[in-house]
Amino acid sequence: MAEEKKKRITDIGPPHYEKFLPPIIKENYGKWKYHEVLKPGVMVHVSESGAKLFTVRAGSPRLLSIEKIRKYADLADKYCGGYLRFTSRNNVEFLLSDEMKIEPLIKDLQALGHPVGGIANSISSIVHTQGWVHCHSAATDASGVVKSVMDELIEYFTDTKLPAKLRIALACCLNMCGAVHCSDIAILGIHRRPPKVKRDKLKAMCEIPSVVSACPTAAIKPATYEGQPSVEVIEERCMFCANCYTVCPAMPLNDPLNDGVSIWVGGKVSNARSEPMFSKLAIPFLPNNPPRWPEVVDAVKNLVEVWAQNARPYERMGEWINRIGWPRFFQLTGIPFQKEHIDDFKHAGLTFKRSAHLTY
Amino acid sequence: MAEEKRKTPKLDELEKGAWPSFVKEIKSAAEKNPMANDLLGQLERSYEEKIGHWKHGGIVGVLGYGGGVIGRYSDLPEEFPNVSHFHTIRINQPAGWFYTSDVLRKLCDIWERHGSGLTNMHGSTGDMIFLGTKTDELEPTFSELTELGFDLGGSGSDVRTPSCCCGKARCEWACYDTMALTYFLTMHYQDELHRPAFPYKWKFKMSGCPNDCVASVARADMSIIGTWRDDIQIDKKAVTEYAESGLNIQRDVVGNCPSKCMEWDGKELKIDNKACVKCMHCINAMPKALAPGKDRGACILIGAKAPIVEGALLSSVLVPFIKLEPPYNELIDLVDKIHEVWSENGKNRERVGEFIQRVGMGNFLEAIGVEPVPEMVAHPRENPYVFYEEYFEEDDEGSGEQEEDK
Repeated sequence: MAEEKKKRITDIGPPHYEKFLPPIIKENYGKWKYHEVLKPGVMVHVSESGAKLFTVRAGSPRLLSIEKIRKYADLADKYCGGYLRFTSRNNVEFLLSDEMKIEPLIKDLQALGHPVGGIANSISSIVHTQGWVHCHSAATDASGVVKSVMDELIEYFTDTKLPAKLRIALACCLNMCGAVHCSDIAILGIHRRPPKVKRDKLKAMCEIPSVVSACPTAAIKPATYEGQPSVEVIEERCMFCANCYTVCPAMPLNDPLNDGVSIWVGGKVSNARSEPMFSKLAIPFLPNNPPRWPEVVDAVKNLVEVWAQNARPYERMGEWINRIGWPRFFQLTGIPFQKEHIDDFKHAGLTFKRSAHLTY
Repeated sequence: MAEEKRKTPKLDELEKGAWPSFVKEIKSAAEKNPMANDLLGQLERSYEEKIGHWKHGGIVGVLGYGGGVIGRYSDLPEEFPNVSHFHTIRINQPAGWFYTSDVLRKLCDIWERHGSGLTNMHGSTGDMIFLGTKTDELEPTFSELTELGFDLGGSGSDVRTPSCCCGKARCEWACYDTMALTYFLTMHYQDELHRPAFPYKWKFKMSGCPNDCVASVARADMSIIGTWRDDIQIDKKAVTEYAESGLNIQRDVVGNCPSKCMEWDGKELKIDNKACVKCMHCINAMPKALAPGKDRGACILIGAKAPIVEGALLSSVLVPFIKLEPPYNELIDLVDKIHEVWSENGKNRERVGEFIQRVGMGNFLEAIGVEPVPEMVAHPRENPYVFYEEYFEEDDEGSGEQEEDK
């Protein structure tokens, strides 16, 4: 008799989260009463029962080797009974029931090169995409820009001296895998050259009707090339979204001469005080200048510091700008206002100033 | 490994500085792993040339699934043969991103045997990302993952891996059990998650309160945001303590209230709860003194997305308030109805938000059987271009006011 083949397991979903909850959380699930921030990167949650859960949050590059994850696991064993979690912004959190272990844990994390912070009025880790590490449509790298910006702004991660929290996000193209469009500061990779049609490859690689219909501005039309069906790009209609490239590899937009970075400000997702808002264009274009992107770092630092100096307590970037007005924003930040700042896509008129409410 | 280490003068610059370095992570993996070593080499080339060197994804995956693996190939396979295929595997995270050291070590061991030794903890959607392996390693990796009790996440035009904030596990503001609902939806929609059959992707994101820590309003096709209907709970003694400790309640709390529903006379804080819009600001500012009410549930919003194709959208209100408790029948009926209408009528690569923009919210509501309510709009329409579907002719029977009963 042949050995029975092991049954292939599918559709089991993730393990149930209860398996990974520390006992103190199981005991106090849904019973938390309040929390306090004890110091940068450290908070305590207090339960109705009086139980206290201490959280220590550390920054991470998101791209982690298995060696580093094993070191996190060792720290979890040493300090937290083997439990830990990650946050929606890629930080790692250690959950302690013993207050005395906080300081030794922080020392160990710092020795490992992971700063503690990112809670309350601070910059938390920058949510970001793959960039040149792993993406085909990236107009800039992600990890390198993030590393360069955070190296410069580290004091705002490890301290809580900002007027409010500040959320920075980076997406390396308009697909925005990181959904950066509602961030206090968004760093967005952009293309600026229309796709170059690879006419010899297009027919074999792509469906022409889906390429034509992929374009939001109807800039792509069917054409014939050497007797073969192909497409043609009406270049003045192209706004470089790369949707055609997503459906057709024979329409590349990536181009070192024209690709770069744009900076957007004033978005938020929280409902606190004001409603959620999209980020708005602050700087249309900055060059890709690896390995440290100095122009991008300077621009982001300037935005953070001008806001920090001028905003009132609790005022997020967008709320501050809404109070002072965009003319004052451009004046205070020293960013030149230019044609590209004025919307010309659908419903652009709604973004024009339609009153005489101005400051002089 | 006998492989020669790649020279990376540009990337080496990014080992310096106070923020943890991704280059150190890749180098750490490259000590033992030739894929990570070639990744370093190719990335250094991108830093020199200011362009990526990954080709468009191909169709790769595990048997019987249409999602969960993102195909990735180098466009310089001869120079960097160990990343000639370098596919990403998305692994459905446990809700709330809680782990034990034991399970993390086992996951690392699997990835040491089968891939680059590099991960993202986590990807934007919420999955654990195993970053880079060869086509032949996909099925063995999957087999070991399922043995350990893990499964793949979504990709392509399917239900993407649902994700949530830590909710009741560690937050006093959770207005419903986000982790329980996330687990329930993930299990309920396993088929839709692994086998893409929609016009485009569908994302669920669960936030326990209006602070929306998982940014559901910006990026989820269905954003489920916890809220409450009754009065904010006040601990008067704790309010006094905040005032005594130096918090400027008038300026920083009352002055920031968007609905102007609070009064502070220096002794007592009064809230007109009928006017409160549940923004969370006062509760955020005084977590020991104020808390969401006791009649808790969620607001369901629909249609958020990033710009591609027709422009970015924020989600908008679909159900102003719903109690979210097992077995979640009301929610499932609503989701299934939306999926049915959108699958039938949506165009290829049309997210539900764009579908609603195209057909009109009024028509969409009619199709899914939801009554329009004023909570759904910031304000009624400003233009008079109303599409009425029927009109009377002079000689119609029953034209005018009188219509016969049938």
